[in-house]
Amino acid sequence: MKLVIIKYNAGNIQSVLYALERIGVEALVTDEEDLIRSADKVIFPGVGEASTAMHYLRERGLDTLIKNLTQPVLGICLGMQLMCDYSEENDTHCLGIFEEQVKKFNPDAQLQQHLKVPQIGWNTIYDLKTGLFNGLNNNSYCYFVHGYYAAKGTHTIATTDYVIPYSSALHKNNFYGVQFHPEKSAAIGEQILKNFIKI
Amino acid sequence: MLTKRIIPCLDIRDGRTVKGVNFENIRDAGDPVELGAFYAAQGADELVFLDITATIEKRKTLSELVNRISHHINIPFTVGGGISSVDDVSVLLQNGADKISVNTSAFKNAQLINELAKEFGSQCVVLAIDTKQEADGNWYVYLNGGRVKTDTKCVDWAKQAVDLGAGEILLTSMNHDGTKQGFALDITATLAEQLPVPVIASGGGGTMEHFLDVFEMAKADAALAASIFHFKEIGIPALKHFLHDKGIVVRI
Repeated sequence: MKLVIIKYNAGNIQSVLYALERIGVEALVTDEEDLIRSADKVIFPGVGEASTAMHYLRERGLDTLIKNLTQPVLGICLGMQLMCDYSEENDTHCLGIFEEQVKKFNPDAQLQQHLKVPQIGWNTIYDLKTGLFNGLNNNSYCYFVHGYYAAKGTHTIATTDYVIPYSSALHKNNFYGVQFHPEKSAAIGEQILKNFIKI
Repeated sequence: MLTKRIIPCLDIRDGRTVKGVNFENIRDAGDPVELGAFYAAQGADELVFLDITATIEKRKTLSELVNRISHHINIPFTVGGGISSVDDVSVLLQNGADKISVNTSAFKNAQLINELAKEFGSQCVVLAIDTKQEADGNWYVYLNGGRVKTDTKCVDWAKQAVDLGAGEILLTSMNHDGTKQGFALDITATLAEQLPVPVIASGGGGTMEHFLDVFEMAKADAALAASIFHFKEIGIPALKHFLHDKGIVVRI
């Protein structure tokens, strides 16, 4: 099996590579079109800012490439947000794979004073759907770091509560996206990566 | 619900884990990668690695160590010690660190925080503050591992750093560090309530009740400790079960 991690100006590419190594899976980090297109599975990671990342992808034609992939694709964190239609982060039009909109967490000053933005830490995922979550219990803990979130919609396959209930994972056709970091979510994250490999 | 975090801190000197009591009297506590993996398996939520002898010659050793850590550890980790430039951070992040912490260098050049936040995002910029309460009742910022006093108040510096882009504050009370008499609840609460970013309380954790207090009374988002974990005085699973039973949301 050929697994490719899309190389672009995102922060956590090495972490994803090492996490795959820990579960015994080799991956290639590349931005070469042919290699990405011919891969069996593609991971689209990401830590960073939406408009800068989209600009980078467009400059290299990676935006069109990603949208048209037909093999299983897993977007992680910013990667998932970029697969949505639109992000409030610097008014960015994204890849439009998922119709869900990406918004900024906006805690109610009176009611949710204790909630800080970005959300940093471990939170639960529930209402789990699809084989991506095989073998996981409802309310499993995953590691999150994000100030923007994808709203709930028809493609939601996992929900997390922070300020409001939002999409912690999305799925449409061959595309999957997770808001949390499976590569940093201990045994739960490793199970999710293993499940993606098996899809 | 977002959990409170328990963070073991591994002080590194020459590639080994050590813990200073009141920043002195170093004792050896083992291999950092082994110890880190052990804590991850025990349910630690994150790890912090602080290189306390960071010199220019040692930078390469540190980046190699970070690379080893990131190969073996499946939870997030922060690296600090002697970081003073965008290039320093770039090397550590490329080797797999999730966050970096800056202290003295950021105080001396506050724009460093801004540069790091712009280049890598606030989520990976942790500002570490060593603070001490003086006879006048105020908490002041100390530099160089607690050796140099400044006239800047801890709250003022923390606010300025957050405005510049610091994504988290790691607050160490020098009055409490190494004493095992409990965390500094008042200054932790002040920062936790006034800042829009998470506050990690450090220094003084000696019993499970101390952790309960710092979460419940001081509203800390995370608590960090070293020797009590290294010398197995408190086990992480036992601590988390204790906190859970007391109504604190933790990952078990």
